[in-house]
Amino acid sequence: MDAAHTIIETSDLTKTFGMGDANVVALDHVSLEVKSGELVAIMGPSGSGKSTLMNILGCLSTPSSGSYILDGENVSNLNKVQLAGIRNTKIGYIFQSYNLLARTTALRNVMLPLIYDRSHKHPRETWEQLARDMLEKVGLGDRMGHQPQELSGGQQQRVAIARALITDPVMIIADEPTGNLDSRSGEEIMKLLNNLHLQGATIVIVTHDPIVAQYTERVIHLKDGHIDTVVHNGKNHHLPALEPQAQAESVAA
Amino acid sequence: MNINEVLRISWEAIGKKKVRSLLTMLGIIIGVAAVIVMIAISAGTEATISDQITSLGTNLIFVSTSFTRMGPGVSGGTQLVYDDATAIADSISGVTGVVVEQDASETVKAGDVSLDSISITGASPDFKTVRAITVASGRFFTYEDVTNKKKVIVLGSKLAEELFGSAAPTGQSVLVNNTRLTVIGVLAAKGTVGEVDYDTRAYIPISVMLQKFAITPFSRIKGDTIRMVFVQVDPKSNMDNVILQIKILLAKRHNVTLASDSFTITTQQDIIKTQESTTAAFRSLLAWVAGVSLIVGGIGIMNIMLVSVTERTREIGLRQSVGATPNDIRGQFLTEALLMSLVGGLIGAGVGVGGAWLFGLASSMRTVIVLSSILLAFGSAAAVGAFFGFYPANQAAQLDPIDALRHE
Repeated sequence: MDAAHTIIETSDLTKTFGMGDANVVALDHVSLEVKSGELVAIMGPSGSGKSTLMNILGCLSTPSSGSYILDGENVSNLNKVQLAGIRNTKIGYIFQSYNLLARTTALRNVMLPLIYDRSHKHPRETWEQLARDMLEKVGLGDRMGHQPQELSGGQQQRVAIARALITDPVMIIADEPTGNLDSRSGEEIMKLLNNLHLQGATIVIVTHDPIVAQYTERVIHLKDGHIDTVVHNGKNHHLPALEPQAQAESVAA
Repeated sequence: MNINEVLRISWEAIGKKKVRSLLTMLGIIIGVAAVIVMIAISAGTEATISDQITSLGTNLIFVSTSFTRMGPGVSGGTQLVYDDATAIADSISGVTGVVVEQDASETVKAGDVSLDSISITGASPDFKTVRAITVASGRFFTYEDVTNKKKVIVLGSKLAEELFGSAAPTGQSVLVNNTRLTVIGVLAAKGTVGEVDYDTRAYIPISVMLQKFAITPFSRIKGDTIRMVFVQVDPKSNMDNVILQIKILLAKRHNVTLASDSFTITTQQDIIKTQESTTAAFRSLLAWVAGVSLIVGGIGIMNIMLVSVTERTREIGLRQSVGATPNDIRGQFLTEALLMSLVGGLIGAGVGVGGAWLFGLASSMRTVIVLSSILLAFGSAAAVGAFFGFYPANQAAQLDPIDALRHE
């Protein structure tokens, strides 16, 4: 993969809600760039605009002004159907509350994005094998037939990660991926994401948890709708994953 | 999105909430079943009536005293009498048979066997040909028997067996309400046609019936008054012409003008048509009632689909986030509503057919399951599902993915 390839490029991204005097500026001229293979965190207190930014980066909504180029394609002014297509092929989501389909097996949950793939990149017969591969990848090879209620929180989130990976997206957006998990499961999830990152995945994590941010290379702090500071953790993403002991120390530091 | 996928998702969604889905379908089930059962009953009634009409013979004209003219207050001049029937038989061309019929219920005795409430039919000799009766042994009575008021009797096959067992009844005598009659024949088994069991009754000349068993205070005023004459017409002759001739003849015999309207003359076809238009009106009423119940069922589906859309808002948000377009979402919920009403329709059709069959078994009414009623009911159920499913499906399709994902 070309390391210099730009995945996210926004310039003067602005989002306003409401009209006239009641106008609220949620995002104020945000310009940022994320390269392929980067692991980036977006942090900020509530009301800082991080959710709004995430929704736009995730193509769930469009900016009021400014431009957003995703993987070389300008997605600032796409309609609902076009956005749905972009979400399907280019973006993988991981949510705080997993959002798995109830009473549906892990395997079927992972296959979900494929049924909305209008490019028909993967023939129907290959879906199941593809989903099995993804579940193996997240370490759930023995839980494929289980339904969400039979899985632990950490396992459910891993199913969600497998689901995010199945369309081979250009980037993964994780919204508080460890928010509903105990620290041990949270750590496992972060290690899994870090492993994916080491394999070359581009990952953007939206969080308010500094421990989570520790795992990333770069932390973008938002405040009042604009970028406040950008902290480079200085981690070389080509280094192997941190040992649990070292990880704990870096968290404590 | 592939149609198989859509169907599978919808089918699973229905399956996940079985009790609720079944309750939702109940309106459609009842509506469809009601249509089928009610149409089966009305078709059964129609078939029974039309059997009764056709069992009287084919190509018939019914002549009767106009209803408003009957009764003790009117002069005897415009009452239909037995002699009118013979006059029609004798003087009008194209008439192949004239039947006059009068029933009574009497006690019949033969030897030491006594049977109560046996139907006795007093008839003219043409009864045999018009009703297509076969005589198994002996003979049917003739015009001479009627004219001479011969005390003879013809027995139905079962009645003969009950009275005489295996012995030959012909030539034996029976007592009908203390009048001694000689058995001259036994009919071949014919069974029940139009609710008349031909095998359990006895047949005597109409003149004997009028003289011995059907005496009313008014029957002797002028000849023997009768209620109706059945005239069978040769299929090759003109029906309208025969009717006109009968009208002229009766007017002459009773000294009334042609316009006086004293006698009602209708053809079998007229009666069948009238009866058909009555049942058609009845059926369209049923269709409206059933239509209303289907609409109520449809509203039930709409209700539950709206609840379901609200409950599954997060699921909708998730599907949108992984690439579902508004059309995908709309299609999914529309299919679900459609599938629910189709399954409801299918269950309803089963219940309706079974119900109509059971009703026919359990009651004395006949039911005829009409295939078109099943198709109609099923089609309406599908239309109702599509119509009432559209609004909730549209609500789902218009959800904003961000709001939907945030929904608690």
